[in-house]
Amino acid sequence: MAAPIRDYSLTGPEAARAAERGLTHAVWYRSPLARVRIKELMQRNDYPALLHLVIWLALLVVSGTGAYLTLGTWWCVPFSFVYGILYGSCSDSRWHEFGHGTALRTRWINDAAFQLAAFMVFREPTVWRWSHARHHTDTLIVGRDPEVLAKRPPSFWPLVLNFFALQSTATAIPRLVSHALARLHEEEQQFVPDMEQARVFRTARIWLLIYALVAAYSIRIHSMLPWMFIGLPTLYGSWLQFYFGITQHTGLAEDTLDHRLNSRTIYMNPIFRFVYLNMNYHTEHHMYPMVPYYKLPELHRELRHDLPPAYRSTLAAYREIIPALLRQRKDPSYFVRRTLPAVESVPTVVGTAARQAGAVV
Amino acid sequence: MRVAQWIDACSAAEIEVEDVLRFDHDGRTYAIYRSPDDRFYATEGLCTHEQVHLADGLVMDHIIECPKHNGRFDYTTGQAKGAPVCIGLRTYPIRIDEGRVLIDVGIE
Repeated sequence: MAAPIRDYSLTGPEAARAAERGLTHAVWYRSPLARVRIKELMQRNDYPALLHLVIWLALLVVSGTGAYLTLGTWWCVPFSFVYGILYGSCSDSRWHEFGHGTALRTRWINDAAFQLAAFMVFREPTVWRWSHARHHTDTLIVGRDPEVLAKRPPSFWPLVLNFFALQSTATAIPRLVSHALARLHEEEQQFVPDMEQARVFRTARIWLLIYALVAAYSIRIHSMLPWMFIGLPTLYGSWLQFYFGITQHTGLAEDTLDHRLNSRTIYMNPIFRFVYLNMNYHTEHHMYPMVPYYKLPELHRELRHDLPPAYRSTLAAYREIIPALLRQRKDPSYFVRRTLPAVESVPTVVGTAARQAGAVV
Repeated sequence: MRVAQWIDACSAAEIEVEDVLRFDHDGRTYAIYRSPDDRFYATEGLCTHEQVHLADGLVMDHIIECPKHNGRFDYTTGQAKGAPVCIGLRTYPIRIDEGRVLIDVGIE
């Protein structure tokens, strides 16, 4: 008998079912780590994140200027290629890191960088901050997680279209207009609190104003050129972030409370890690989301004895993901079962032991 | 009317400067903080956003950050400092007596 097709919407019956099964707001497994060590790893330092931020912005300016100055020549292609990745893919990981608020110790730079990266990747900052908070609370819990990339059975067209952010943008544009008109989608109402809605609407209006200015300038100079630098790079440069992003959870277990079973850690080269800001250490990131991205390699070394083996490369991960997706087309109940280390792991609630009732004085 | 009920929570030495400790009492959980200027504070122990134990979070100056979603509170007042937290924390009177941390968990 074919497995039933599940409803991934946040307003359908699976949301209530997840709650009944104790899968919402649940206590997740965390590999044990001494409080003193996790405190060290959570400490923030402006230097590495600021350096990476400056390098990213400088590369954007250099590649963008290069693309502009070489218009009409073949040199424009490699400059635009690099600019697109910096704009459409690097912005995804920067949106993510600055959204967590862990990258920089100086809060206002962190927040400003978050707004900029969110604009580039075309993800409305407030909506996506809350969406991502839900993703961390209920990772791959069906009916709860709004950020499941490949739902079962997987449909290939959305995956292909999103390689160039086509479907996600097609969804995002009407939502942006709707937000500017002070309307929130039914699903968004599930995770964006009422008191944050005004912020959503204000940001949508600012974004629309920016795009209107780009459109007006484009019409005035009778050229699409402004869109090649603002807006369109979100599409033509997003493929690398999607190539990375699909490896995070796709094909792994749903409805589990152990990130070792639904997230992948993959070894990557330094260039990929710069683009992706170390999110290849994804299991570790989900277990301890307050550890800044530049400390994740250290966290990985602390935890790896308690994690399934890391994948040697993104290609190694795709060798698992693609067959899993093909199989899920026919059998939606199929998923990749990761093997946990033999060490007996006891679920922990907190890193610090709780002090129990003291004497009344 | 609020009735004071002072409870011996822990030794002051158990909490490092700029850190937090979890304390459970009578089915409730509390977070006890030691600030960089060596003062002690107490709040309810769970984040108002997703009920995560704040004692696993990061203390920076007078801010406690939730370990799950980076929700930030001023632990001296309980005030929520921005998304993803909107609701503040309840705070509790605290005092140090002969090296012991006492908190008043009295009820209204």
